[in-house]
Amino acid sequence: MLIGLFNNWIVILLMMIGLYIVIAHGNLIKKIIGLTIFQTSVFIFYISIAKVDGGTAPILTDQITTYSNPLPHVLILTAIVVGISTTALGLALLIRIKESYGSIEEEDIQKQDLLAQNKQDQDTQKSNHEGKKA
Amino acid sequence: MIAHLPILQVIVPLMAAPICLLLKRTQLAWLFSIIVSCIAFIISLFLLQQVMVSGVITYELGGWEAPWGIEYRIDKLNALLLVIISSISTLVLFAAHTSISKEINEDKQVFFYVLYLLSLTGMLGIVATGDAFNVFVFLEISSLSAYALIALGNDRRAIWAAFQYLIMGTIGATFILIGIGLMYQMTGTLNMEDLSQRLPQVAQTHTVFTAYVFVIVGVCLKLALFPLHLWLPNAYAYAPSVVTAFFAATATKVAIYLLIRFTFSVFGVSFSFTTLPLQTLFLILGLAGIFAGSIAAIYQSNIKHLFAYSSIAQVGYIIVAFSTSTVTGLTASLLHLFNHALMKGAIFLALAAVVYRLGNAQLNSFYGLGRQMPFTMAALVIGGLSLIGVPLTVGFISKWYLLLALIENGWWFATVLVLLGSLLAVVYVWRIVEVAYFREPLNKDSSVKEAPLSFLLPIWVLIFANIYFGIDTRFSLQVAQEAAVSLFGVTP
Repeated sequence: MLIGLFNNWIVILLMMIGLYIVIAHGNLIKKIIGLTIFQTSVFIFYISIAKVDGGTAPILTDQITTYSNPLPHVLILTAIVVGISTTALGLALLIRIKESYGSIEEEDIQKQDLLAQNKQDQDTQKSNHEGKKA
Repeated sequence: MIAHLPILQVIVPLMAAPICLLLKRTQLAWLFSIIVSCIAFIISLFLLQQVMVSGVITYELGGWEAPWGIEYRIDKLNALLLVIISSISTLVLFAAHTSISKEINEDKQVFFYVLYLLSLTGMLGIVATGDAFNVFVFLEISSLSAYALIALGNDRRAIWAAFQYLIMGTIGATFILIGIGLMYQMTGTLNMEDLSQRLPQVAQTHTVFTAYVFVIVGVCLKLALFPLHLWLPNAYAYAPSVVTAFFAATATKVAIYLLIRFTFSVFGVSFSFTTLPLQTLFLILGLAGIFAGSIAAIYQSNIKHLFAYSSIAQVGYIIVAFSTSTVTGLTASLLHLFNHALMKGAIFLALAAVVYRLGNAQLNSFYGLGRQMPFTMAALVIGGLSLIGVPLTVGFISKWYLLLALIENGWWFATVLVLLGSLLAVVYVWRIVEVAYFREPLNKDSSVKEAPLSFLLPIWVLIFANIYFGIDTRFSLQVAQEAAVSLFGVTP
């Protein structure tokens, strides 16, 4: 029973590894890697549920009678394309993050944002003060 | 032609997006986008009228019959959503050209329209389709373009917000994908109508239960239900102003539509509300969202942030209405869906006008703005009153039905909390009113003028709609009520 569902175990293992990396790592490249592993686990899930025991590729010849279900395979082609686009967009954003923050560590970026926020608040307070005096 | 309306609704903006790229000149791309969005709006009106008269419209893509091919299925719920999305999109586009001229670099402005139309396509597609996997594809089309649109903001925090949204949004979408896969594994079909007939036979399995949980969590991430809302405030605050106006009015609504569609049409009320403690769960999370959102809104110094948090609170109201799982409750949900789009569209467009004149949306810049930009600020105040739920605005209508639904269920405690939550809205709207109307302008030189007509026109159309649908509720109420009844009627 447990061995028979080994494809599901692999899917779950990969899924958890991926999610863990996304949550636990501060490095944004690692986050993207985690996200990709997470998505890949779902691809494997779709592909493995379509497998029919002893089935081959769905080719129309007389010798072959059992086919694997091709539909999930086609579906997952779409999902793979989506996954690639997401990764590409994520990496593109990363380049711009690196350009404007000079870092790809989550902590660094949040610290810089906090500093900028505090400075802005002080500035506006100061200008308000001057405005009231005038 | 009429028979092909459901597909034209989606395909027109999809085809228009790459054409925009060929136009090269911003002005042309802008005009073209407005025309396309107008066409989409007209199609959605036709569809709504047709659905109201003759019931559900189905459309088979490429002539493949339903369970095999992809089917587009328009009922009252979809038709209402299509009208909301395409109308808001058209109105926002009117202001877009002026607004982005100051907020986005000249060489990127054409791309803005391309992404905008793609995002519109995605949202219309999610709503129009009757195929579960197709939902995922359109969800990703709208999300990917949304990440890029948010990253167009000229603050560097916009990119960071877009990245965070990308991570969260992808996890959400992948959860939905897992749910759809599990459903397919159990039933061998992806058509929603077909799923709803086959799922009850296998309803008692763990797999279906897991599928439902995955779908619900994924959708809740997308609709920013507390505590899955973390991506929303920064994404809304740092995106270009018109993008915020468009998303605040439509993006979360589309996710709520998915929640309703999967809960009521695909899994069925009896399954959804019995296998999961959905009522308690959504009631608590919704109320927590109302308070967390409203209280956070009170302490914001950036007005775009403020209204982004208020959006989380408003999603809370919709979810509370949803959790009653009665016809009245669902009607209230749908009414608030429609009404909230009108309010937030108007408010964020008004903020876009403020940003256009002032360059930022900090509360400190609003000093005396009531005199310098009277029409814009008046619109902001009416929108705010609508958020609070003052009579004669749409906000009152949806709050009224929400309270009716809660009382009908005998949830007195929740009723009191919802009323208290509305009082919090008074606080954060008042902060703006006080600064804008009862303080002297900071710089006396009148460099700050009233916003140009391209802003005022769409803003006041939306404000007029806010008041009109607050007085004459026949249209919105009829559609919402009939949609709610049919959602309960279809399911056993």
